[in-house]
Amino acid sequence: MYNIKKMYNAETISDAVKFLTDNEDAKIIAGGSDVLIELRHGKLPNATLLNIRDIKEMQGIELINEDIIIKPLSTFTEIAENQIIQERIPMLAEAVNTVGGPQVRNIGTIGGNICNGITSADSASTLFTLDAELEITGPDGTRNIHIKDFYIWVAEVDLKQGELLTKIIIKKESYENYFGHYYKYAKRNAMDIAIQGCAVNCKLSDDKTKLENVRIGFGVGGPIPLRCFETENKAKGKLINNELIDEIGKSVLEEVNPRTSWKATKEFRLHLAQELSKRVLREAIERAGGHIND
Amino acid sequence: MTIGKNIPRVDAFDKVTGRAKYADDLVPTGTLIAKVLHSTIANGLVKKIDTSKAKQVPGVIEVFTCFDVPDIVFPTAGHPWSTNIANHDIADRKLLNTRVRYYGDDIAVVVAENELTATEALKLIEVEYEEYTPLLTIEDAMNGDALHEEYPNNILASTKYNVGGVSFEEALENNDVKIFEDEFEVPTVQHCFMENPNSYAYMESGKIVVVTSTQIPHIVRRVIGQALDIPWGQVRVIKPYIGGGFGAKQDVLYEPLNAWVSKMLGGKCVKLELTREEGFINTRVRHAMKIHIKSAVSENGRLIARKVKMFSNQGGYASHGHSVVAGAAHVVKQLYQDEVATDVEFTTVFTNLPVAGAMRGYGVPQITFALEAHMENVAKEMNFDNIELRKINMIKEGFVDPLNSIPSLTNELDQCIEIGAKHLNFREKHKKYSNQEGHIRKGVGCAIFSYKTGVYPISLETASCRMILNQDGSIQVQVGATEIGQGADTVFTQMAAEITGITYDKVYIMSAQDTDVTPYDSGAYASRQTYVSGHAVKKCGLELKQKILDYANYLKESEIAVDIKENHVLDKDGNKIIHVSEVALESFYHRENSKHIAAEATHHCDTNTISHGTTFVEIEVDLKLGLVKILDIINVHDSGTIINPKTALGQVHGGMSMGIAYALSEELLFNPKTGEAYNGDLLGYKIPTSLDSPDISCKFVEKYDPSGPFGNKALGEPPTVPVAPAIRNALFNATGIKYNQIPLTPERIFNKVKDKGLI
Repeated sequence: MYNIKKMYNAETISDAVKFLTDNEDAKIIAGGSDVLIELRHGKLPNATLLNIRDIKEMQGIELINEDIIIKPLSTFTEIAENQIIQERIPMLAEAVNTVGGPQVRNIGTIGGNICNGITSADSASTLFTLDAELEITGPDGTRNIHIKDFYIWVAEVDLKQGELLTKIIIKKESYENYFGHYYKYAKRNAMDIAIQGCAVNCKLSDDKTKLENVRIGFGVGGPIPLRCFETENKAKGKLINNELIDEIGKSVLEEVNPRTSWKATKEFRLHLAQELSKRVLREAIERAGGHIND
Repeated sequence: MTIGKNIPRVDAFDKVTGRAKYADDLVPTGTLIAKVLHSTIANGLVKKIDTSKAKQVPGVIEVFTCFDVPDIVFPTAGHPWSTNIANHDIADRKLLNTRVRYYGDDIAVVVAENELTATEALKLIEVEYEEYTPLLTIEDAMNGDALHEEYPNNILASTKYNVGGVSFEEALENNDVKIFEDEFEVPTVQHCFMENPNSYAYMESGKIVVVTSTQIPHIVRRVIGQALDIPWGQVRVIKPYIGGGFGAKQDVLYEPLNAWVSKMLGGKCVKLELTREEGFINTRVRHAMKIHIKSAVSENGRLIARKVKMFSNQGGYASHGHSVVAGAAHVVKQLYQDEVATDVEFTTVFTNLPVAGAMRGYGVPQITFALEAHMENVAKEMNFDNIELRKINMIKEGFVDPLNSIPSLTNELDQCIEIGAKHLNFREKHKKYSNQEGHIRKGVGCAIFSYKTGVYPISLETASCRMILNQDGSIQVQVGATEIGQGADTVFTQMAAEITGITYDKVYIMSAQDTDVTPYDSGAYASRQTYVSGHAVKKCGLELKQKILDYANYLKESEIAVDIKENHVLDKDGNKIIHVSEVALESFYHRENSKHIAAEATHHCDTNTISHGTTFVEIEVDLKLGLVKILDIINVHDSGTIINPKTALGQVHGGMSMGIAYALSEELLFNPKTGEAYNGDLLGYKIPTSLDSPDISCKFVEKYDPSGPFGNKALGEPPTVPVAPAIRNALFNATGIKYNQIPLTPERIFNKVKDKGLI
């Protein structure tokens, strides 16, 4: 039994936008795997809920001119099993498969995972390394932003009154010829939240000896998911070898900023950032057909 | 023959189809909901509670506070009552308490028409406290003000024993020995029963009826009587199917409060169900302990003397109190015997943490971790074969405990070790893994244990059983012993069939206990039921069978009926005389001599016996990530005759999983300033999921134990006991690092690896 004042069932995006505009305190609910927990813990007293899970326009995964359009109501299971995703960006399937357990993956949506604004979201760091663009729809129409600009602070994202996330767009040039890997470091193999998550996406030179481009993302590397842009820039065009990997591992330490909590100390998380970035990068390079020379 | 067969569990179908009814499935409509207000300080005094706002919430029936409850303190431990006052459990809590002793102590209760209203009303209660500094560690508590006036320095009890007649120090004189010393620390963990404790209470025919998820219905009845100061006969406790207990429900939890609230409301039906979060903090936990061991070992590997000092963190209330660390302490001289002297001192200390009570193994997993990790350290330092060192010193057949006389009547420990070692190719691998480099390493480890079956002669062991013959020749079996998921009903059914000669399909066990109907038994705890209650079933079955034979002879006007097999009454040559169903029908409706055939028997148990076994495990550890993976793990048990191999295997799997978690992941953590738990929920508290659980192997070495009803001895708790030290010893083998604290969390592993410069 939860303390819910009212719930509205939106059928279209414009319907949802109107309700959100009219109800300042409305909380969007899709799969409910976050919202119901907040309700249970009494964190949303007297809640006004906007249910969006029946909005058809927000469901499904499409390919438009080889750009991948993931609608935010896609569940983790749908993403993991989708052919477009599996063929073009398998690392996202890999990432969402680490969320909770099968039941959570069957109801939890990728839109909710992002809009929740939490640094440990398993899909977020991967979407960062895919340069995902987000389409936001509000009373004044739509706007598109890079996912890194969407995250503002813990549980705070760039959604203004009346707005909701309506598309996740991964452009062809963001994924074509890229190979990636996501590793979730947690204390359990299921039903857990990352102590740290690391995603690396890379593109190699034609002869597979150089890193043409690399994108490194972290969950729980700081208060919000982040990219290591400076490290990426330093690594671009470099010859692939152990030295480079060690260099990258050291360099990410300048860009992550984890904190100490009862779950893990800052020192351990920093160690993990270095170790995971190296391991995940190695795996991504190998998936891209590269070879790490000693 | 049904003993030793893989008979399917009698409750399997009902449980997997969802047809089995648990307490919450039985709650009548219109039942009111009670919710408890827990303190938000760990140590202090409630000065004032303002309930006026809460009472105004529509749907709130009543709010009771710690100032309203009877001034009666009562004990909660699930021990049989003693008519000797010296043996009474400590009575130290009221239904609600003004003196707050842990973060989350019970200070008020709201009763409302529904859960939401009750929860909302809780938020509106205003409490004024006088706050004291939380005493969370044993050191702080022993130097702090008493939480219970009667216990200065917060020492609940401190006890010593000595075997050998000379002290540890005296034993060193004239003996050429090496001294080894270790300090171990084991954490606070929680049972994580699947079904949260819940009950409902109402009044009927001048009695209070409480339906509850408990391991110990007859004890709950007694404690409700004590807490409410009403005659015990005015309390009726019903225990339906329950979703696990593991010892947490071997304590009387909220049943007395639930009963009292119903009584205060004129007997209206009130339900009190804990949330999972309350389940972690407001039931019971396993005692955290600090254990110091000093050993004197001769050159040829003989333990000459040991000195062991243990401190047990009790939390805010006594519950099972000192008996848990005592249970642990008594294993020191049972698992290994020193040639000259054993000195053991054990102390239980009250702190401002959640209350510790019984949990699978009752202190023995704690001490076994320390003993077995220590033996491994000694073997390594002496460069002595680790298995040999154990064999030289361990418990042997014929051992009789010098202090409590509990015997090892049968002992296949040596066999268990050899089977486990062979399974892993242990000796070879142990050598091979002792010298590795790199950050991915393997290791093998082992540990042994010994475990007493029941609690005689420490405590009363008594059990009873009733059997009733039905018209169709089937029987009903009623036992006071409780099915709590361990499979007791199934093995009792097997035993009843075995003894009476009535086939298994015609034996109906009543799973629910109702203290107004069911004969007395102290309940499900220790590893006693197949042993102690099994004797009652056997005795009762023999009695019933004799009555059936007598009636058959009456019907046949002869003395030829001597046995029953496969539902047939037989003569001495095995010829079928009459079917039991015919005897039954006649006995009910005979015009001259109707006789309703039933039997009832009590077994007063004055025996006990020790079971033994081992864990052998192979692990792989990633030193840079601090992650341990179990590659292979086996338990080998000497538990006498196995009544039902399949359910026995279930017990072992469950127990080993619990042991793996104890070694690697489970630990309740508390804010050192406030005493509030950081991780009192299933997300923060790392109980393993199915993906974290490795494949588990198990073997039994069966030898008939003459004291068991069917040659059986303890198996319920033992599987948990040796697992953690075996895993720890495997990590020692892989790294050469002595990890003397569990759980072996990634950060704990990494920190030492880094300190020692392994990576």
